[in-house]
Amino acid sequence: MLTIDCPHCGPRPETEFGYGGQAHVAYPEDPSALTDEEWAGYLFYRDNPRGEFAERWVHSAGCRKWFNAVRDTRTYRISATYTSAGPVPAGIVRPRTDVPHPVSKGA
Amino acid sequence: MNQRNLPEHPDFLWDDPEPKSSYDVVIVGAGGHGLATAYYLASMHGITNVAVLERGWLAGGNMARNTTIIRSNYLWDESAAIYEHSLKLWEGLEEELDYDIFFSQRGVLNLAHTLQDVRESVRRVEANRLNGVDAEWLDPRQVKEVCPIVNIADDIRYPVMGATYQPRAGIAKHDWVAWGYARRAAELGVDLIQNCEVTGFEISGGRVIGVRTSRGRIGAGKVALAAAGSTSVLTELAGFRVPIQSHPLQALVSELHEIIHPTVVMSNHVHVYVSQAHKGELVMGAGVDSYNGYGQRGSFHIIEQQMAAAVELFPAFSRAHLLRTWGGIVDVTLDASPVMGLTPVDQLYLDCGWGTGGFKAVPGAGWAYADTIAHDRPHDLVAPYGLDRFVTGHLIDEHGAAAVAH
Repeated sequence: MLTIDCPHCGPRPETEFGYGGQAHVAYPEDPSALTDEEWAGYLFYRDNPRGEFAERWVHSAGCRKWFNAVRDTRTYRISATYTSAGPVPAGIVRPRTDVPHPVSKGA
Repeated sequence: MNQRNLPEHPDFLWDDPEPKSSYDVVIVGAGGHGLATAYYLASMHGITNVAVLERGWLAGGNMARNTTIIRSNYLWDESAAIYEHSLKLWEGLEEELDYDIFFSQRGVLNLAHTLQDVRESVRRVEANRLNGVDAEWLDPRQVKEVCPIVNIADDIRYPVMGATYQPRAGIAKHDWVAWGYARRAAELGVDLIQNCEVTGFEISGGRVIGVRTSRGRIGAGKVALAAAGSTSVLTELAGFRVPIQSHPLQALVSELHEIIHPTVVMSNHVHVYVSQAHKGELVMGAGVDSYNGYGQRGSFHIIEQQMAAAVELFPAFSRAHLLRTWGGIVDVTLDASPVMGLTPVDQLYLDCGWGTGGFKAVPGAGWAYADTIAHDRPHDLVAPYGLDRFVTGHLIDEHGAAAVAH
């Protein structure tokens, strides 16, 4: 089981937390202006790296606040946790925002 | 069959060749899907100048250990079509491969524990019947007749309110399935190349022309990915993205016991699925760990919850001893359905996103993927699963039939 260092409550067992997937994915500023490809990118595409990953957790059985963590998806080691409101630590890999390429032909 | 009477392990069934400088088709990943695809390319389409490249050893990922459940009782037409096609191929596979794979059609029960479960289950039974998939709705007493060790008492937290039953479902021995496909593919001329990691793709004018590997460059007329949880890493190298997330999926087996479990029991609601292997181990799985991971292991509390559910449903298991647990990497999509077909790169094909349930699809997916590769267009069974469904919104939402367990 992971030990997760909640920025508000300190280290607690993983069972107190819920997972929220990739961090720093911004809601589109003007959703109605998006193409279908861009909307698909926002809804369905998240980075899936083998290595460091900035992700969201919620301390459901504690302070009930969402925060961010940087975790290596190979070793599961968490190198940093930080609040959603505070400054973003240096070196965080931001989500890719390029839209999915159309498939060239066929269905 | 006699549980203690499995045959000796076979000698090597295929060669270990050096890679040639180029192939008509290069398949990336020698798991179940890659091996089946190679076999059907050779046997159905006469394409034998094929290499299957494997980073580790043959069938050493999720094919090396899984819970081997085979069924086709999915809700939607697109799913029923490809999974039922797969089940029909399973039914003739020992004969086709001339190899024993211990396919045992012992049936599967999908338990219902809430009124909502009951409604969804009855709906799925009717949908299955319309699609020609064998399916029945059983009340708790009938569940007990099929599987006498299930606890149908009404004093447990989530009493069994009934189950769907697919008699033609079952299990097979995963490693023997891989060996059977590998042996026949090798006999037909396919090169199975282990310890050969793909590190990049050579793309010219929007078309793939080769792969870079840890054993040098290999030219390719076509490249077909069959890399499950590692697919995202590969498609990044090829310059496009796939809408999958890789998660750990854990399972476990007990020590050997007399055969007491006659079928396969799955419960999405209390998160466990159980069968008994031919030798006598109880084989159990649960849901994925919540977080993304490539570590081939997960967190222990997932196993603890799964055991709590198993012991409540099967009180006889309470004194069973755990033999081993393991974790695989599964490639999960948001609609619990796979991604197959063409990609933004010409002559580069995709088969991924099978999540927790790719084993049952090995014959069907391999068969339809081979046809797609051979003709450079999606086979009818594959067409609904293209990358474009995430743009058009034509999702194939199988969470009801597959949310926890495939």
